Amino acid sequence: MGLIIKEKEFVIPGDVIAEGIDYLPGNGVFRDGDQLVAQQIGIVNLDNRLIKLVPLTGAYKPKIGDVVIGQVVNMGFNGWTIDICFSNLAMLSVRDATSDFIDKKADLSRYYDFDDYITAKVLNISKSNLIDLTMKGHGLMKLKDGIIIDVSPSKVPRIIGKQGSMITMLKNLSNCKISVGQNGKVWIDGDNSGKAIEAIKLIEKESHIPGLTEKIEKMLGGK
Amino acid sequence: MVYSKRIDGRKFDELREIEAKVGVVKSADGSAMFRIGDTVAIAAVRGPRDLYPKFMQNPKKGILRCNYNMVSFSVDERIRPGPSRRSREISLVTENALLPALNLEEFPNAVVDVFIEIIQADAGTRCAGICAASLALADAGIPMRDMVCAVSVGKVGGKALVDLNKKEEDYEEGSSDMPVAMLPRKNEISLLQLDGDMKPDDIDGCLKLAIKACKKISEIQRNALMGKYQMEKEN
Repeated sequence: MGLIIKEKEFVIPGDVIAEGIDYLPGNGVFRDGDQLVAQQIGIVNLDNRLIKLVPLTGAYKPKIGDVVIGQVVNMGFNGWTIDICFSNLAMLSVRDATSDFIDKKADLSRYYDFDDYITAKVLNISKSNLIDLTMKGHGLMKLKDGIIIDVSPSKVPRIIGKQGSMITMLKNLSNCKISVGQNGKVWIDGDNSGKAIEAIKLIEKESHIPGLTEKIEKMLGGK
Repeated sequence: MVYSKRIDGRKFDELREIEAKVGVVKSADGSAMFRIGDTVAIAAVRGPRDLYPKFMQNPKKGILRCNYNMVSFSVDERIRPGPSRRSREISLVTENALLPALNLEEFPNAVVDVFIEIIQADAGTRCAGICAASLALADAGIPMRDMVCAVSVGKVGGKALVDLNKKEEDYEEGSSDMPVAMLPRKNEISLLQLDGDMKPDDIDGCLKLAIKACKKISEIQRNALMGKYQMEKEN
């Protein structure tokens, strides 16, 4: 009865984390009869009576409110289809795309054309994984110029940092415009973008080491 | 002649030397290598991704597709490359062995592809393939109810033993070979095939041997996964 594996420990699928009805299954954990079992590789995280996993691997799973970077793959009469690195494509409808008035007969490619990259927010997810995006919001736009790089989606929180501390520092020290999507795409634009890419790759590689912020600061030539 | 000593000098319930490695194929979402004796299997997982043709999609849950292949130089005499009757069958039984361990409800209309390549074969290839595939699926972060481990057991010259090699499989005075795949948390068996003759009473004994051996393999799988992710934590 009770907790079998302690907090902050490493688990693989099939590990029994707790037994009995004292705990509730959260993200990455499922209940099988009397047992609470891990279903992914991750680190156990306890939130009161809720057992969650911080996954160490895995593809991006969209949540409502996530800001993602996607690519236009198709256009229809009433919107665009966007690839957001998920198993299903996302929809961006005309009325969520811009605050401008778009005429019914207008050519949609004037706004976002094939292969354009955009930042958008996840508005809604249906049970069968249909995803609605919106571009109404602060900082959501079409990405012109710049470079897109891929990082592992499980490392995105580290790149952003606590209350955006890491990303703010990166922006300030490299003088680049940087936008991080929760789906593991990072957009960088600026003269100093090479340095910024190096720094982001370093964060991805050494995301678990303490004192990373200082290391990045030094690397980018901060004080 | 009674089979009193094994050809390679192992004990009757001893497995061959096992090596497992995770993350060997960089371009895949998850991958693993599993070597048991001279049998080497590499598995790569792609997905969950969109499934086409559309009529194959299942809006209730994702589907699993397995592809088992032996490369032409994996055995002594060159085998014709490409799908064969045998590889089709093994792909199917691998799929059925892995499916009870997966939670694919989160991925409606999607597919998870598993590619298993046997690059060196010395009996027990489907078991090695299943072990590698299970590691690769965990590495790809697919939600799983449990890991899957597999081993072959059999009777050679009237003696029950685990993890037969090719010479034992071809033993003149009769040999039978029973691949078993298991979900170790609840000892659920997801694959059971039998090649050769076996008395009903013997099956019980062989299954017990298999369950014991599978537990050992499951420990090795755990260490392999820890090896990749703990190392990432340390350095």
